[in-house]
Amino acid sequence: MALLEIRGICKSFRTLRALDGVDMDVDAGTFHGLIGPNGSGKSTLLKAIAGAHFAESGSIVFDGTDIVRATPYERARAGLSLKFQITAVLGELSVYDNVLLATQSCEKLSSLLFSSKRRAFDAEVGSLLERFRLIDRADDLAGELSHGQQQWLEIAMALALKPKLLLLDEPTGGMSPEERRVTGELLEPIKSHCALIIVEHDLHFIRDICDRLTVLDQGRVLDQGDIETIQRSVKVQQVYTTRV
Amino acid sequence: MLNEAELDVPSASLQRRRRPRARFAAGHILPIIEGTTFVAALLLPVVLGDRTDLITLATNVLILSLLAISFDLCWGFSGIMSFGQALFFGVAGYAIALVGRDLDFSNLWGTLPLAMLTGLVLAALFAAFLLLGRKPPTTIFVALGTLTGSYAAERLVSGWQYVGAGNGLSSVKLLRLGTYEFVEGPAFYALALISLTLIYAGARYLKRSQLGLVLAGMRQNEERLAFFGYRLQLFKALIFSLAGMVAGLGGALYSYHQGFIGPGNMGPGLSTTAVIYCLFGGSGTLIGPVLGTAAVEVLSYELADIDAIKQFWPVILGLVLLGVVMFQPRGILGLIVSDRERIGSYGLRRRKD
Repeated sequence: MALLEIRGICKSFRTLRALDGVDMDVDAGTFHGLIGPNGSGKSTLLKAIAGAHFAESGSIVFDGTDIVRATPYERARAGLSLKFQITAVLGELSVYDNVLLATQSCEKLSSLLFSSKRRAFDAEVGSLLERFRLIDRADDLAGELSHGQQQWLEIAMALALKPKLLLLDEPTGGMSPEERRVTGELLEPIKSHCALIIVEHDLHFIRDICDRLTVLDQGRVLDQGDIETIQRSVKVQQVYTTRV
Repeated sequence: MLNEAELDVPSASLQRRRRPRARFAAGHILPIIEGTTFVAALLLPVVLGDRTDLITLATNVLILSLLAISFDLCWGFSGIMSFGQALFFGVAGYAIALVGRDLDFSNLWGTLPLAMLTGLVLAALFAAFLLLGRKPPTTIFVALGTLTGSYAAERLVSGWQYVGAGNGLSSVKLLRLGTYEFVEGPAFYALALISLTLIYAGARYLKRSQLGLVLAGMRQNEERLAFFGYRLQLFKALIFSLAGMVAGLGGALYSYHQGFIGPGNMGPGLSTTAVIYCLFGGSGTLIGPVLGTAAVEVLSYELADIDAIKQFWPVILGLVLLGVVMFQPRGILGLIVSDRERIGSYGLRRRKD
């Protein structure tokens, strides 16, 4: 059984049909790319999975449980983690505290009140900062980081939740080519314990890290399959004639 | 998942690679202000000597500071805009006045906990209604909800003969500790100072705990925290209830100290005054609301005593407050305390290990 099974998801904004009966499966340990032209519904689908938007119909079965009516915090606790398209780091807190906030999110109230696991979290937070090359900026305010570093911090925060499925909305948006390359390297190791759905306009980046692709167009699934299948797809070529 | 090998890496490297924390050289202003204020509060009765009127004023400042801290817990800590903190203050004040009148009971160990419990339970009920819906409530909804509660309670009490209607309850039975009865003066001042110090220490601990970090994050971006898996409404309900408890303690002390409690002590007027205390001093700092209360109350006392402006001192005071809120939204403490220090840094203690 797939880790995530989406069936017939629909979502409208007033008269605009943003998602129109989307079906999609994501297996554990796979990197799944979500591509399509602007306005095709990629980010909306990602938000519908994470709970930022509630689907009007259809089902989202995650790890055997239908979460279509679950709140964002319930989905996060179930193992879903979202990195927003627009960076949403907490700019007035330090880089360290941003990651700590994500790391401690599953703790009981009493543990938070008595700060009983502060030492234990230190190792975990440090590990993530080290891995995402932010260790030297740990004490700086998150708002002072460069855009690329804020994107890395967002990913580190999303991973701090120890998700089973990580949802990344344009993680390389606004990054330099070198930063994109590094981002790909940073994401590669998580494959052993976490599946990934990634929305990205940089098709080279998608091709380099993803195992499977789903192509959306006007809120519907145009095609899905592995990279070679999508590259050969006539329907996709009509939308992306040259880029895949 | 992060494996053990990965977890072993950082503690040492964090210590090794972290840059000197120069910013904290300028980040210890709040403890200095807190310490200075505490020492000044300790010495005040000695300095004032037999000026009972000024000791009474100082005691009032300490008691009203509890109300200001109660609002700071809501707004400064948690982003809950409550215009109804006086409701919990007033109801607790009425509760102990009635217990004194009808049950002839005013023992400190019984009535002060009763007042705190009254504030806690009433605030928890309000929180259940205003904060614990499936969708997060808007700031306006909570502000209007608490304001309405405060207003409705004031109107209700104004027409209820059992609780003295518009005249309120006067001749409140004196607070007792064993056979000792607290009257206005140094003893009551000491009691108020002890109460404020304990509440302040508790709130300060809360702010610096990992729960405080959640609250700091919540103030900045609630939606982001919901996606971390925090059930924010529960955190808000908890802090709101604790704030109600603090206001309840203040209300009881006020009632005993004044010997009177009336409808105005639970209405929007006093609720708004608590907002002003907090914003004037600097919300989110804890000591700011205390200093704000002192500044506003002392200014009111002094201005009311000057013959030339006796008629229109509230206008002058109002203009001063308006100026501070408009041009210095971080309050008077915002002039010397950085945003970084006000918000706090939660990874700091760890590096002392």
